[in-house]
Amino acid sequence: MSNADAVQVAVISPQYRQWLRRERTSRVTVRAVQFAILAVILALWEVLPREQIINPLFTSYPSAIWPTFLQMLKATPQQASILSHTFSTVLATVVGFTAAMILGTAIAAALWWWNGLYRVLDPYLVVANAMPKTAFVPIFYIWLGATLSIYGMSLAISLFITVLMIYSGFQGIDPNKIKLAQTFGATKLQILTKVVLPGSVPTFIAALKVNAGLSLVGVVVGEFQSANVGLGYLIQYGSQIFKMNIVMTAVTILAIVSSLMYLAISWLESVIMRRR
Amino acid sequence: MPAPAAANPASSKVQLCDVGLRYFGLEGETEALRGVSLSVAPGEFIAIIGPSGCGKSTLLSLISGIVMPTEGAVLIDGKTVTGPSRKVGYMLQQDYLFEWRTILENTLLGAEIQGVPLAKAREHATQLLTRYGLGQFLNHLPRQLSGGMRQRVALARTLCTEPDIVLLDEPFSALDSQTRLALADEITEILRREEKTVILVTHDIGEAVSMAERVIVMSRRPGQVKSNHAIRFTSAEGRRLAPLAARNAPEFNGYFSTLWQELDVHVER
Repeated sequence: MSNADAVQVAVISPQYRQWLRRERTSRVTVRAVQFAILAVILALWEVLPREQIINPLFTSYPSAIWPTFLQMLKATPQQASILSHTFSTVLATVVGFTAAMILGTAIAAALWWWNGLYRVLDPYLVVANAMPKTAFVPIFYIWLGATLSIYGMSLAISLFITVLMIYSGFQGIDPNKIKLAQTFGATKLQILTKVVLPGSVPTFIAALKVNAGLSLVGVVVGEFQSANVGLGYLIQYGSQIFKMNIVMTAVTILAIVSSLMYLAISWLESVIMRRR
Repeated sequence: MPAPAAANPASSKVQLCDVGLRYFGLEGETEALRGVSLSVAPGEFIAIIGPSGCGKSTLLSLISGIVMPTEGAVLIDGKTVTGPSRKVGYMLQQDYLFEWRTILENTLLGAEIQGVPLAKAREHATQLLTRYGLGQFLNHLPRQLSGGMRQRVALARTLCTEPDIVLLDEPFSALDSQTRLALADEITEILRREEKTVILVTHDIGEAVSMAERVIVMSRRPGQVKSNHAIRFTSAEGRRLAPLAARNAPEFNGYFSTLWQELDVHVER
């Protein structure tokens, strides 16, 4: 209806030119304000401690982060390179949310397949999802040991919400699309693979976005407790010896890592949605 | 005016024998259909009209084998229906094209599900789509097509599995009125040419009279067959009029008002 009816005007009218200009101005303004906010935050963070308005011991400075980062690049006998800390955290996060996506989809599919199973497990899932998973950090440490507990926490924190999101995505598939497949004699497996799963792609992307952030949270709190490597460990270590330079550098890297993950998922989304 | 239901059950393509259907819910039991008997001859085009909620769509679900009757039996070619049959194609109220599949892939859905050799099905689907004027759109996505084009894709999807019987459940209700008239003409012409047995469910009396050879009126819930009207246009000289032409035939208004009164009795209550 949309493409077929629209008539493209060949010559650009002055009104259209004006409209384009206004669109561009508003886009530029939004970007400018976004950068201004970042600049103000960084400036305050730099100036306030320097002027001794707040205690620099508590906050460090933005200008200290790059030198600290360079300094930490080199591994010392006491401390691994900051790159291996970052790698360790990113790896655990990616493993965590990949596992959460796969396992979560499998569980959601099982709940969809056996409605009775869903009816039985529903309250448990809701409670498990509402439970503060970080309370389990020490328990996971005892059960799974130093390394596995981090992966475990990363999975635990994103699994239940994944199951709930994907299951509700399955439920949201238009029943008439399922009816259509049934009129062709589709089996339950065919309905799952030809209607329900492909129809839930937007849900998968939404779940991916939620999970990337949650898994990172899981990894960092896991590292607080148990690790001797990872950005969470660096934050814990830096604060114990009161070196805010280390803490703030690790936090900045975390911010960059989560932005990159977000960008990667947005890219994936645009690639997939181009086909829709 | 009432015509007898096709007399000889042995020769009927679709037959409903005293079919009843009840839905069960915690609030109670709902009787959707009661004692419906109906017989459709091979190649016949019938329409079922009735007030909304009279179970006319349910009737199609029963014939397509995705719902089983609580009482009675549904027979296709003399055999009791126990599940979806390849002989039946079902066109729903909206196109329900899958937005993640191209037009061609959508048309192939039935063939894929039924495990038909895909190369042959693809050729057939391409042929159908080309015949319906969608040849250039094979690799387009549904959202790039207009409502009328989408419904033609739905028809191609239904006919791609080569059913003998086509069930139409208010197939034009989602379209604007011009598209509706034009597409009714087109689809009727296609279905008659291919000699399909067609059961059309609609609430539009004009659509029923202009498209079908026989109109069945159903009563309010629980749905029962109220009456049965053969539609004949003398001006056709033995041939059947196209739906648009039928609307201009002298008999059209007579049939229309008869059916209108049949329905009206129940609307008043």
